[in-house]
Amino acid sequence: MTILDKPASDGTAAGDRSAPEVRKLRRETGGANVFSHGFLVFWGALTVLPLLWMFLSSFKSDAEILADPWGLPGALRFENWARAWTEAHIGQYFLNSAIVVAGSLTLTMLLGATAAYVFARYEFPGRQVFYYLFVGGMMFPVFLALVPLFFVVRNAGLFGTWTGLMLVYAAYSLPFTVFFLTAFFRTLPTAVAEAALMDGCGHFRLFFRVMLPMARPGLISIAIFNFLSHWNQFILPQVLMQGDDSKWVLAQGLAALAVSQGYQGDYSGLFAGLTIATLPVLVVYIAFQRQIQTGLTAGQLK
Amino acid sequence: MRHGKYPLIVTFLVPPLLLYGIFVISPYLQAFQISTTDWLGYSAEADPVGLANFERLLDDGRVWNALKNNAWLLAVVPVLTIGLGLFFATMLAMGGRKGRAGVTGVRGTSVYRMVYFFPQVLSVVIIALLWREVYHPNSGLLNGALGAVGLPTPTWLGDPRTAFWCVLAVMVWSNVGFYVVLFGAAMSAIPRDIYEAVMLDGASRWTTLRKITIPLLWDTVQVAWIYLAIAALDGFILIQQMTNGGPNFSSDVIGLRMYETAFGSENRFGYASAIGVVLFFLTLSVAVLALRAARRDRIEYS
Repeated sequence: MTILDKPASDGTAAGDRSAPEVRKLRRETGGANVFSHGFLVFWGALTVLPLLWMFLSSFKSDAEILADPWGLPGALRFENWARAWTEAHIGQYFLNSAIVVAGSLTLTMLLGATAAYVFARYEFPGRQVFYYLFVGGMMFPVFLALVPLFFVVRNAGLFGTWTGLMLVYAAYSLPFTVFFLTAFFRTLPTAVAEAALMDGCGHFRLFFRVMLPMARPGLISIAIFNFLSHWNQFILPQVLMQGDDSKWVLAQGLAALAVSQGYQGDYSGLFAGLTIATLPVLVVYIAFQRQIQTGLTAGQLK
Repeated sequence: MRHGKYPLIVTFLVPPLLLYGIFVISPYLQAFQISTTDWLGYSAEADPVGLANFERLLDDGRVWNALKNNAWLLAVVPVLTIGLGLFFATMLAMGGRKGRAGVTGVRGTSVYRMVYFFPQVLSVVIIALLWREVYHPNSGLLNGALGAVGLPTPTWLGDPRTAFWCVLAVMVWSNVGFYVVLFGAAMSAIPRDIYEAVMLDGASRWTTLRKITIPLLWDTVQVAWIYLAIAALDGFILIQQMTNGGPNFSSDVIGLRMYETAFGSENRFGYASAIGVVLFFLTLSVAVLALRAARRDRIEYS
């Protein structure tokens, strides 16, 4: 995407053409530039404004929020944040989400990478069948299987447990992870692997010592993708983590906060809770935006 | 050289396969079986009732009402999202002033992309709760602006005539950025000399877009179409968190109907699974139809 930003080629390219033609082009594209920036800024504002409003409202008092939606906060009321963090247990849910995602992400990456590696690098009977069995799962939204899944998890004694959530998150992430990493492992050169095997390196050591390090860019992309989708997961915990609210994850906590806000009119608390949940994700996103954009879109382009 | 590969294949493939089989494949299969029973959940009794659930579906006005809304989502969301996505991606990729024959992107392309992509990294729950406040009749951002310039301030989510369309707008809002980045990546993969050639031949921007860019992007557009069509059959989290299907079922969707039937005030698991099965086939046929339609168009262009 950076290639398109380079203004350097201006003079050389225009030099080939006759002067009036260049002027005409200049004028046309100059107008188009203002025109396009107008639309682009408009959409940018439409995207940022609600988020900025949420952030500013998290510092307002309830009276300020109700009186003037567009007004600025009269003071930086961090007590709203503190209230959301402790009384609405957003801090607790934050921690719960972190625990669940740490487990589910590790599991997804381990199982996804090993399965993808086998599909990409080894011939064995039934390979195609198994591969399409995995990848076929990408087609369907999770909630088609919601009712039976509820009982599968309950019968396994995993209902209302973090372990259950981790396993289910990982299972539903496998299709895309396997799909993405299989394609990635296929792009890696075979010569290195063959040389290593020739030198007497075992198949397991080859995977952990040679192939995994080589696949790092792909692993990072898909890990970021899975991190976001696990962190933002809502339907699965909603169904599989009912009841005991001390184990809820962040998305559940926010939904519950919105419900109680409806009764108590604690607008500032809701905005503070939403902001607390949004900020870390935005910070991570801005830090890794290139990888995240590639990771999230690459799968669709293949 | 390949001897001894089977221990690795088995160790690497069996754990993911087990996890996937237990938590993904088996629930999908069970859904079909449960859908032919009158199971009410916590009791073990589930009598086979054949296709009675499906017959009842045909007469269920609420289900039809929900399906009607999903049909609207299906008709409007992909068109709007892809349209806006293509529009902004084009602006970013070829709206620039400097450079060769209008092929250059505008300044700050990566900043625009970063901002547009924000909603994609946020949890849908956060988006839903934030927009519920934006639409708030008294303290919302939207009515705050409308009221300030003396326009009428509707109740948005509280009005059966507008509630559904408000949620639909949020669905488009949250998806456009992703497709701007996706189409942008695909556009930057198009060789620049093609553009230079047609611009030298005197083609206008609009012609270039219509005759060059879109046909060359068609594969990506097709994938986008399928993803958005599947998303349009879902819409569950946004609807549940923003309107809960109301007022008076005016914004109900099939996913919410299923969730309410299974986990709401009653636990009619058999009937809910029947809705799930219908949804399964709907998703499948929509995906196949989208593929077909897109493929036919592609032949027209090339």
